[in-house]
Amino acid sequence: MTEVRFNSVFDIIGPVMIGPSSSHTAGAARIGRVARNIFGEQPEKVTIYLYGSFAKTYHGHGTDMALVGGILGMNPDDADLRNSLKIAYEKGIKVGFVPKNDPTEHPNTTKIVMKNDNHQLTIVGESIGGGNIRVVEIDGFKVSLSMSRPTYVIIQRDVPGVVASVTDLLNREHINISTMTVRRNGKGSQAMMIIEVDEIRHSIESELKELPNILSARYFE
Amino acid sequence: MFYSIKELIEQSKAYPSIADLMIATEIDNTGRNKQEIRRLMERNLDAMEESISKGVAGVKSLTGLTGGEAKKMADYLRAGRFLSGDLVMTAVRNAIAVNEVNAGMGLICATPTAGSAGVLAGVLFAIRDRLNLSHDQQVDFLFTAGAFGLVIGNNAGIAGAEGGCQEEVGSASAMAAAAAVLASGGNVEQASYAVAITLQNLMGLICDPVAGLVEIPCVKRNAMGASQAMVSADMALAGLTSVIPTDEVIEAVRRVGEQMPSAFKETAEGGMATTPTALRLKEEIWGNKDK
Repeated sequence: MTEVRFNSVFDIIGPVMIGPSSSHTAGAARIGRVARNIFGEQPEKVTIYLYGSFAKTYHGHGTDMALVGGILGMNPDDADLRNSLKIAYEKGIKVGFVPKNDPTEHPNTTKIVMKNDNHQLTIVGESIGGGNIRVVEIDGFKVSLSMSRPTYVIIQRDVPGVVASVTDLLNREHINISTMTVRRNGKGSQAMMIIEVDEIRHSIESELKELPNILSARYFE
Repeated sequence: MFYSIKELIEQSKAYPSIADLMIATEIDNTGRNKQEIRRLMERNLDAMEESISKGVAGVKSLTGLTGGEAKKMADYLRAGRFLSGDLVMTAVRNAIAVNEVNAGMGLICATPTAGSAGVLAGVLFAIRDRLNLSHDQQVDFLFTAGAFGLVIGNNAGIAGAEGGCQEEVGSASAMAAAAAVLASGGNVEQASYAVAITLQNLMGLICDPVAGLVEIPCVKRNAMGASQAMVSADMALAGLTSVIPTDEVIEAVRRVGEQMPSAFKETAEGGMATTPTALRLKEEIWGNKDK
């Protein structure tokens, strides 16, 4: 076996979702929702690049509706997914789709670029089957996030002591870290921390946000 | 955690059933407690049953390409004159129902995917009454299927885009066959043979959705997956085995998936998707949007 991709019985049985395709609809909605959550607010402009099978069949599978639904905060079982393009239009969100021919590692890959007046985020996600996803790139940083276990995504100023203050807080709350990735754009600018933790327990998202030099903190279950 | 069918069988000996091993593994992997895990699975079960009722009552897809055929099967079943057995026909009706609901952007439970959601639900709700399965036994059926599905998913795949329909409806059918064997009183070795028989028979099946939609041939492929699962389960229960060990069959599915050209992996560039009629339908449905 090359790689353990599925760890939970619910990766195989489930999710309960709106059809028609777990990889092209449910997985797409999940990628959109993760992108929106990391971005932290409603974007004004979204450009969605589609690769491989996503590029060839996104109309037919409702991938466009699902990605935008996710970006609007919808879950894969939300009956409003099919109306998402209209809802985004009504909210004044500009959405563009760009099918690409470039080869990618996984056939169902999308790159989502979200913009507001003050910030921009680029996220690359793969839909690996059965509604399961992997986030492989955030703002040019290579990552590998399954989003199948509880995860904190933290954006901070790149100054000394921030990582320690976050791990101190996790320690005080008896939260065990399973993986941790720290990346930055450049010295002294912004950095990103992605922390996967072992157990589902109450989120300390708000406590994290209170720490000095933390710009945003998001929690995913 | 178990990473092969061999390990699954070995580890299951320490538990009353495969379902119990699956739940214990899930507790280990996620930290969720047993009650919560069972509750989540019950929600999946409810969604499956509801999608069958909805599909049998009659639905239409957004494009109108599919829909209404589960209802035809139900009428045919009620008329009482059919060639194959009533349980196989019921499984077929159920599978079509779920996938018609799926194509209509309705609510379904992906098992393992949405495109193959009809197979497991189709089989379970066909054999439930014959085997007098209690609510708990129905939930266990899903944990059992999930255990076999995890091994197949981690060693081959579950997405048509990655390895063709053999990995999508094929996985679903193999999972359903294994769970049906155990629900019917067979042992884990027989369940494993049912997986091997099913995957051998569906090996090489391509993913070729007409107009890129999960409708043609997907809906009827689910009917085929459900009927193959029933037949494989019966063969295994009758004592038929597989000379090639199940783990080697799964490995062969992975290899075939890798060797399969991308035209046959959900890109709508081959098979049924490039027949003249399919190309015409594609133009009618998406022609304007693409321009």
